[in-house]
Amino acid sequence: MSFDDVFMLFQSPVLSGFAWFFILTSIFYIARIHAHKAIYSFTRVIHNGLRLTAQSVRQAEKRMLERNKEVLLTQGREATEHIIEREFERINDTVQKDLSEYPALHRLLSEEITRINEDYQASTDVPPAPPGWAKAIEAVAKIPGSKGDTMVGNVLDDIHQSMIKANTRVTEEYRKTSHKRHQLLSGMMPHWRKVSQALAQVDKNINSLLLRSISIDRHMDEYENIQAGSERAMQRLSSSSLTQFFISAFVLLIAVGGAMINFNLIARPMSEMVGGTSQLMGFQTSEIAALVIILVEIAMGLFLMESLRITRLFPLIGALNDKLRIKMIWITFGILLTLACVEAGLAYMRELLMQDAAATRALLREDGVEVIASSYLWITTAAQMGMGFILPFALTFIAIPLESFVHSLRTVMGIVVVALLRSLIWLLRLTGNIARFSGAMLVNFYDLFIFAPLWIEQQFRFREKKPGRKEESEAVDDVQYGSLSRS
Amino acid sequence: MFKLKLPVFTFILLAILVLIASCSKDHVPNTRAVYMLMDTSGTYTKELKQAQRVINFILASLNPGDTFAVARVDTGSFSEKDIIARVTFDDRPSMANQQKRQFRDKIARFVKNVKGSAHTDITGGMLQAIEYLNEAGAGHNLILVFSDLKEDLKKGYIRDIPLQLNGVSVVALNVTKLRSDNVDPREYLDRLASWREKVESGGGSWKVINDLERLEGILSF
Repeated sequence: MSFDDVFMLFQSPVLSGFAWFFILTSIFYIARIHAHKAIYSFTRVIHNGLRLTAQSVRQAEKRMLERNKEVLLTQGREATEHIIEREFERINDTVQKDLSEYPALHRLLSEEITRINEDYQASTDVPPAPPGWAKAIEAVAKIPGSKGDTMVGNVLDDIHQSMIKANTRVTEEYRKTSHKRHQLLSGMMPHWRKVSQALAQVDKNINSLLLRSISIDRHMDEYENIQAGSERAMQRLSSSSLTQFFISAFVLLIAVGGAMINFNLIARPMSEMVGGTSQLMGFQTSEIAALVIILVEIAMGLFLMESLRITRLFPLIGALNDKLRIKMIWITFGILLTLACVEAGLAYMRELLMQDAAATRALLREDGVEVIASSYLWITTAAQMGMGFILPFALTFIAIPLESFVHSLRTVMGIVVVALLRSLIWLLRLTGNIARFSGAMLVNFYDLFIFAPLWIEQQFRFREKKPGRKEESEAVDDVQYGSLSRS
Repeated sequence: MFKLKLPVFTFILLAILVLIASCSKDHVPNTRAVYMLMDTSGTYTKELKQAQRVINFILASLNPGDTFAVARVDTGSFSEKDIIARVTFDDRPSMANQQKRQFRDKIARFVKNVKGSAHTDITGGMLQAIEYLNEAGAGHNLILVFSDLKEDLKKGYIRDIPLQLNGVSVVALNVTKLRSDNVDPREYLDRLASWREKVESGGGSWKVINDLERLEGILSF
């Protein structure tokens, strides 16, 4: 039975169309109330379902936010603890160093002060004592009748001469002692300088400690903020984490570039060792071997950095006792050195292989062009060997940006997930509301399809409408349409 | 926690092993095998210098692990004795280069001392090539026919045999025009069409390169 058999109720398609329209309109008009209810129920179910889903997602978003906050604060706390710990270690080093020097410094200062004191004592200005018999001269001079007495005069002249001589001698001696005093005073200068230098050193050390204590205070404030989970601390940590993420990602990209160059340096000569045709999982074994060497170098670099306690990706290595840790440093460094030597050798081999390949190609071309051995060829060979040797050590430092990247990645991933969840919530709410209002829209479309019987119904109602029955009629309308549409 | 981790670890390990196994199961070797037929009949021996250039070009293009054989087309070519030189290049590039040089020298010696044959058995050579390539087991197979494609069988030789060339590319090189072709070019075109039909009906692909300066893409499968 084809569609035409069902559709063609009459010979004329137009007439059949009208007939079907009439039938369907009648059916839809009869089922109108139930259809409206079904449409509203369906859209309400969708709306409620999506609203509930949005609520669940909101809960997940809240949990994710809390987790992010927790992770951020924990990371911030650990980082600040690490910084404070380092500051205290530095203070400890300074104090230990200065305190160990303190007895020597004290002895130096005491000795210098004693010497200064002695010199000071020695340089005290002692005025020469006046001659004791000056008063006797005065007494002789006061003897009555001595004036004009030549004998007295002679005595006094003798005394005067003696006094001049004594004065000259004393003055000379005084000059000598003054000179010696000045020498002592000038000899004090180096001691003063030493004392001054020692005190300046003490002042410098004290200032350094003061600066460290200021730095610790600042970090302690940050630590307290983090402990309190303040908004400011959160913002600062979040911003710092994002910055760290982008910087470390950039540095890692550079490192990847270095690793690729390293790979190209050793992949070709590796085919000489492991064969150029064998494949593993669709890749050439020589390439996989080269990649493995580079990855082993990176792993050794990570262990070296861990053992040096520069990074903290593996707490187990950091927690090893110092003796074992130092052993590990030497072992990893030894392996790295060996791999660097291997790479340098491979780089040299690469150059040889390329020369051999070029010679063979030239021979096969048969164009008479000989491969000329350039005198500058050793420069490229040496450069390749140097790169082969240095790059493994350079790759060691990947550990530092890698640590930052891993730590900041947790935060960044958290932020991204929260953003995704928020977008999902928005999408769910939008879809829910669209579903909700599409119910009313579908009802209107439904009514549009059965506009003819509705119009007739309206005409009947209009004619039957009497003043006394107006309120009753409106109440019926309300029940039939209003209550549904308002729901 | 340990109880949870162990099955997960085992599962990952198994998945990796399955992946490796599946890779090796459907693995198609990435190596190439080239078999070149050199027509040494009559006046075509004059073209062998060109053939030598082609051989050198092929040698320069092949990689370690690839296989290369050069055989002559003479009165009865379905014979291993007609293979002038054959090699499967070593895995190590340095050894492969050495093999290439030795191969080149061998071909040079042959070209220098070659004597023309009375008849031309190209089909026999093709059959020998198919046999050799099947034994080589390379991922991609190529037969180069350096000839004017004019078959001239000795009386009694039966060569009305369908060629099994599934997955084999056949390239006719330097298909020179004979004097009779100049008189009636249809002969030349018919000859080419006949070989094309023969190769394609056997499951192979057919190509003609007369300009030997355009050999660059010859080994790209």
